[in-house]
Amino acid sequence: MSLLIESLIVMLVKIGVVFATLLFVAAYLVWLERKVIARIQVRWGPTRVGPFGLLQPVADGIKLFFKEDLIPARVDRALFLLAPAVSIIPAFLAFAVMPFGGTTTLFGLLPRPVPLHLADIDVGVLYVFGITSLGVYGIFLAGWSSNNKYSLLGGMRASAQMISYELSMSLSVVGVLLLVGSLRLTEIVRAQEGIAWWLGVLPVPNWLVFSQPLAFGIFFTCALAETNRAPFDLPEAETELVAGFHSEYSSMKFAMFFMAEYINMATAAAMATTLFLGGPLGPLGPSPVWFVAKVLLLLFVFIWFRASLPRFRYDQLMAFGWKRLLPLAFANTIVTALAAAIAGAGG
Amino acid sequence: MELALFAGLAAVAAVSGLLVIVQRQAIYSALFLILTMGALAGLYILLEAHFVWAVQLLVYAGAIMVLFLFVIMLLNVPREGVFWRPDDLRRILLAGLLALILAGELILALVFRVGESAPTAPAPPGFGTTESVGRLLFTEYLLPVEITSVILLVAVVGAMVLAKKHGE
Repeated sequence: MSLLIESLIVMLVKIGVVFATLLFVAAYLVWLERKVIARIQVRWGPTRVGPFGLLQPVADGIKLFFKEDLIPARVDRALFLLAPAVSIIPAFLAFAVMPFGGTTTLFGLLPRPVPLHLADIDVGVLYVFGITSLGVYGIFLAGWSSNNKYSLLGGMRASAQMISYELSMSLSVVGVLLLVGSLRLTEIVRAQEGIAWWLGVLPVPNWLVFSQPLAFGIFFTCALAETNRAPFDLPEAETELVAGFHSEYSSMKFAMFFMAEYINMATAAAMATTLFLGGPLGPLGPSPVWFVAKVLLLLFVFIWFRASLPRFRYDQLMAFGWKRLLPLAFANTIVTALAAAIAGAGG
Repeated sequence: MELALFAGLAAVAAVSGLLVIVQRQAIYSALFLILTMGALAGLYILLEAHFVWAVQLLVYAGAIMVLFLFVIMLLNVPREGVFWRPDDLRRILLAGLLALILAGELILALVFRVGESAPTAPAPPGFGTTESVGRLLFTEYLLPVEITSVILLVAVVGAMVLAKKHGE
């Protein structure tokens, strides 16, 4: 009985830590993005609130919280209120299966090792794709219920874009699954332990990015599109759509869309880390420090892309997804399957 | 616990299934259909069918229903569409006939206790995992799977041919 209570407490603490971390990441990713882009564009970025503008997210949060919460007159009220929640809940849920460390005893403070993930389910990869694919409804409903043609166009663009790029994204992961032979995320991390020889000469970690570089490229590109990031940020292209699907939202409802977008970025980066970059594996065994470092690196690249690349045109976006990425992902799957079959037959 | 979960999920599935057909706006119908799919996915978890749960969520709730909504938005279905007129006698007759047949089936099923069998044994370990489902699909059910995939391929090619003709 006490064991049950203990595991319950451990679980609740872990959930709390992950939840708080995600909230923190959502707030400070905005700060990081503003700082990095400012640096790239030879500006300062936020400097006024706190040292290096570090308290800017707090100030923004307080401002959003106390802003007037407007609901425009002829919106579809129920769906208008539902949309931000539908957007943010999947963003949080997707993180539940992410293995962000090995096991820990918290420097000997705990009686037995605690695994550092919330849930380790048999269909981990499918779970993440399934849950994140629900996030599109939030954007879609926001666009539809706002009764505003810019919002509607933003919502429609988002759903078309997310369906199109989800295909290539899932297909790029098939290569990983063929090599690992499991959908379980901890299993995928375990398969990346040890040292490999890249091209027979260069010693590298046994990460799947070295055996599946094309898949990693496709996955990362699709992740940009799935999270509506530049250069694929057409759903909220401000030059043509005001602010896209969230034009009519204000106060905390707007903040929820904003947070969902940044948490989705973190989830995409965490997923890329787990699938291709060895997850929490590092030189001194698995550790949350390595995991966070790799995720931050990928998030930096996300921001870098936004500062460097112009936005696609809508027809370019669709043509790129369907005529370039999808055939590439198919080719990668076929080649990997052949290689795995040959290796399996030989061994 | 399991019974309570089943009752809750089944109630959500049944009620939202009903709401799918009584809504006046097409978009609300589609949304309740998503809820029905979600509740069904929950029932699959209770049956230990984790793989089917994930696929139900990914394919039906995540992809197919997005396309449904997309089409509803693209066609701009009027918000206050009237689908039923009280003076449409033929429709009422047809609907009544279908309802009678369905009610008859339900009564027959209850009277003859169809589907009621001995209490099933608990699922063997490994049941419903990706490995076991995959193995079944590529051994025992290989032919049906291949036939289904060929049918889907034909449908995809057919859709492309139709779309092309329209464009030229």
